[in-house]
Amino acid sequence: MTDQIFEYAPAPESRAIVDIAPSYGLFIDGEFREAAEGKVFKTVSPATEEVLSEVAQAGTDDVEAAVRAARAAFTGWSALPGTERAKYIFRIARILQERARELAVLETLDNGKPIRETRDADLPLVAAHFFYYAGWADKLGHAGMGPNPKPLGVAGQVIPWNFPLLMLAWKIAPALATGNTVVLKPAETTPLSALFFADVCRQAGLPKGVVNILTGDGATGAELVAHPGIDKVAFTGSTAVGKAIARTVAGTRKKLTLELGGKGANIVFDDAPIDQAVEGIVNGIYFNQGQVCCAGSRLLVQESVEEELLDSLKRRLATLRVGDPMDKNTDVGAINSAEQLARITALADSGEAEGAERWSAPCELPDSGYWFAPTLFTGVSQAHRIAREEIFGPVLSVLTFRTPDEAVAKANNTPYGLSAGIWTEKGSRILAMANKLRAGVVWANTFNKFDPTSPFGGYQESGFGREGGRHGLEAYLDV
Amino acid sequence: MSEKSANTEKKPAKSEAAAGRTKSAKAPAARPARTPVRIDVLKTYKLFVGGKFPRSESGRVYEVTDSQGNWLANAPQSSRKDARDAVVAARKAFSGWSGATAYNRGQILYRIAEMLEGRREQFTSEIAAAEGLSAAAASAQFDAAVDRWVWYAGWSDKVTQVAGGANPVAGPFFNLSTPEPTGVVAVLAPQESSFLGLASVLAPVIVTGNTAVLVPSEKAPLPALSLSEVLATSDLPGGVVNVLSGRTREVGATLAAHQDVNAMDLTGAASDAELAKELEVAAADNLKRVRRPDAAADGDWSGDPGISRLLAFLETKTVWHPIGV
Amino acid sequence: MSAGSSASALADVTSSDSALRRYLHGLPGVDTVGLEARAATLGTRSIKTTAKAYAIDLAISMIDLTTLEGSDTPGKVRSLCAKGSNPDPSDRTTPQVAAICVYSDMAATAKQALSAGGGAGIKVASVATAFPSGRAALSVKLADTREAVAAGADEIDMVIDRGAFLSGRYGKVFEEIQAVKEACKRPSGSGGEPAHLKVIFENGELSTYDNIRRASWLAMLAGADFIKTSTGKVAVNATLPNTLLMLEAVRDFRAATGTQIGVKPAGGIRNAKDALRYLVVVNETVGSDWLSPDWFRFGASSLLNDLLMQRQKLSTGRYSGPDYVTVD
Repeated sequence: MTDQIFEYAPAPESRAIVDIAPSYGLFIDGEFREAAEGKVFKTVSPATEEVLSEVAQAGTDDVEAAVRAARAAFTGWSALPGTERAKYIFRIARILQERARELAVLETLDNGKPIRETRDADLPLVAAHFFYYAGWADKLGHAGMGPNPKPLGVAGQVIPWNFPLLMLAWKIAPALATGNTVVLKPAETTPLSALFFADVCRQAGLPKGVVNILTGDGATGAELVAHPGIDKVAFTGSTAVGKAIARTVAGTRKKLTLELGGKGANIVFDDAPIDQAVEGIVNGIYFNQGQVCCAGSRLLVQESVEEELLDSLKRRLATLRVGDPMDKNTDVGAINSAEQLARITALADSGEAEGAERWSAPCELPDSGYWFAPTLFTGVSQAHRIAREEIFGPVLSVLTFRTPDEAVAKANNTPYGLSAGIWTEKGSRILAMANKLRAGVVWANTFNKFDPTSPFGGYQESGFGREGGRHGLEAYLDV
Repeated sequence: MSEKSANTEKKPAKSEAAAGRTKSAKAPAARPARTPVRIDVLKTYKLFVGGKFPRSESGRVYEVTDSQGNWLANAPQSSRKDARDAVVAARKAFSGWSGATAYNRGQILYRIAEMLEGRREQFTSEIAAAEGLSAAAASAQFDAAVDRWVWYAGWSDKVTQVAGGANPVAGPFFNLSTPEPTGVVAVLAPQESSFLGLASVLAPVIVTGNTAVLVPSEKAPLPALSLSEVLATSDLPGGVVNVLSGRTREVGATLAAHQDVNAMDLTGAASDAELAKELEVAAADNLKRVRRPDAAADGDWSGDPGISRLLAFLETKTVWHPIGV
Repeated sequence: MSAGSSASALADVTSSDSALRRYLHGLPGVDTVGLEARAATLGTRSIKTTAKAYAIDLAISMIDLTTLEGSDTPGKVRSLCAKGSNPDPSDRTTPQVAAICVYSDMAATAKQALSAGGGAGIKVASVATAFPSGRAALSVKLADTREAVAAGADEIDMVIDRGAFLSGRYGKVFEEIQAVKEACKRPSGSGGEPAHLKVIFENGELSTYDNIRRASWLAMLAGADFIKTSTGKVAVNATLPNTLLMLEAVRDFRAATGTQIGVKPAGGIRNAKDALRYLVVVNETVGSDWLSPDWFRFGASSLLNDLLMQRQKLSTGRYSGPDYVTVD
């Protein structure tokens, strides 16, 4: 018996729970319709390259129609007493809880992330986010933003593909709670969960036009944020696109919040709880295949524990289970698209070319789909591209430091400023480091933690504005 | 089966159902002709302590009537020992309930609202009978009460953000103040508003993590006793709310003097200034936090409740921690 | 003090009470939230079909089938031995358990019953050292141990002096473990292997994860062959996080000294689902080197029948019931 090895048999989540239609239209004014120009595009499962469905490509006329519908709905929605708005949003939260498994499977199919993550992280957070903001709808006067704060109007929202439904929740929940109406564009590669969300709105009886979903590509997003009928723009995505949007809205009255890229430093001191630090590093950069804007993509480890930590980290990485995202035991799934895989590959290659030492976890990658083995680079310096540019993939750059000041200097030496991690058993050091780090979120002895009550957002080129918590209301109120 | 469903379809109209309880015992003729001798099954109203439904250990009941003096039910008349048991149950529940996440507590309060919606007819008729209201007026009270539970459900994970915060002390210290529940709160519910007033005083006490011993309206306790059945089926842990019908003065006095009760809401003593003072004096023995009856605020339950009832039963804890590498 | 030769790499840390204290207090801290989150994540692994069949049989083979009651009698012990030797009379392919765990006065009965009843390969584990409280003079604890060894116990499950540990007298705990280890030797001339020593911490009383990590290193340095979570007699016994933590300790100890130590969670593991979670934690923390009864055990009694019912379910496709497994 002992010569056998404990191999986990495949434990695939059932696909039967979700029914994906062969094609989807745009959700405008409470109903699905084809794009005015009749264009469509395909969405594929990145784990298998299977075509999941065909969705409409929204053009100028569709953006116009959606904004008009949202504008028309704004009058009634914003005039509704907060108590009643709250109850709609509570309904949405409860329906999302009820349909969580279906939506988790859908998200895994369309995005490529493991079912374990969509089931245990994405969907619970999605429902919780709506639940939290539902409660604000009738309490806005208590939010510290004046006695009777007013909504802005129509929000144009553009979201990324890394947490499709969660980013939707971060955008739509506070917008609705504050009395705004919404035109949302999901990412080109992950449109399906937003379209299913439209159905959740239908079940909740949400008045038509309050939420409109436009599928499309970057051009659609650009049209939306440029539309004069939009009062508020919220964007999550790359820093380059964020800058373009900032230029677009310049000189208008549109209120803007941007949640962009990052190059988070995860700082490990020699007195850290080492086993938990290893888990935190793994969670920081390999969660969601590293396709997380706040990923801890730079590991800053104190020189005195570098060897010990790297040994532990490599041993742990060797146990990561990479493969079929629908398998309940998979830890690391597929990269979201061929384009993203190419970008990760190119950056990783630059790391080698620039002289860093590459190590990848031993794992077999599937034949079809887009895959990248969990990888780390040692001997990385601040000058390397892999230490400066956001890779947005499962690639960790390991740097060292000798003193707290050096750690702060290196951590802050980036145009970004979204997240940072600190690992030490010494409380006063945590707080001193946190004070000096220029990052919108600082995790101590943990990483990648999210909660609807907790504001999230970046410094510098990681964007501005906060999502989540009481602070997240401000972006949608005229204050 | 078809026979049965045909019968239920012909149940009395709403207004009749509202008064059904008083009428039914003596007026079977009002029933559809097909079931001329159908006698209603009357409910035995019981206390709610530690998640269970006991009778009063004293064996006492008192007569509850509608506004016209018609008999509605016999309600348990709680004794000192019932109060003692209720405090024990509330104390036992405190660590779990206050330790639950705010999100969890919020979901449970929202669940209470969901469960109430399904019992609209029952509560509307009980409120109408208890307060002498028309069906429409009782229904409005019910609606407002459900919305009140929703309002407070939403506060679970927000009150800390509104009532707490970081303090910029002059020194290298992280300094954070956080509200915490005070403990076991004895609540004398309003005497007049048997259901909306009840929700308005009970929900803010428990949403922050306190546990409650509730003394409902003395003359109109039935909606509160029925609310227990909703609380018992809403994932609310046993002992978080305990309901003791009876004489406000008698039960109130025991609770006010009880050394393991941390706070007391005297709203139910609004019409008896002497009693309110007596209870406040007794409460001073272990420095209970006391919320005095407020004639101006407590009369009308339909307005914006604000957050004063939330804040009344919270302690503020301030944590200092040095900052330095 | 002299540490076992296996721990010679760390001999200096046990050279004095203060050196021992400095060493134990210098071990990396344990972050409670992170540890419990890791255990919970591993607890979500889905073990199906062939993996489940493998794991169930492995778990059965790792059980220290236990009876530790004041009401134990030779009859009760004999029937437990029969159960352990032949867990499922309806299926002879069912593996035997690893050991029968009893009080020291029952060790001889167990030994006899096993060798007479087809269980010669099953070990006899005897608790000793004034189990479960450990509150007795050292001489009594050693006598208890020697009696058990003399009665044929293959393994000794001792308890540490939690009072001494919690008051910081690590040297006392260390020396006591060493003394018991010495008492595990067979009388000279008998030629037998010394009894294997399992050291029970009573994690529920040590209370913090930092303490459990320190106790693990203390026991390993003192020569424990196994470290064991608990007696099963207090409110908190084996948990997934505290077992994970002890597995990290044996992993790190082997890396530091080359010596492999076993781990035994005991108490509170009642069903197959739980047992499989522990095996997942073993698999993903220390790997296949520990996936054998030589290195991992379950201290349990009711667990066996649930494993057997799950085993029957796998082979027949129907859910079994308690009337289709034997109750001994």
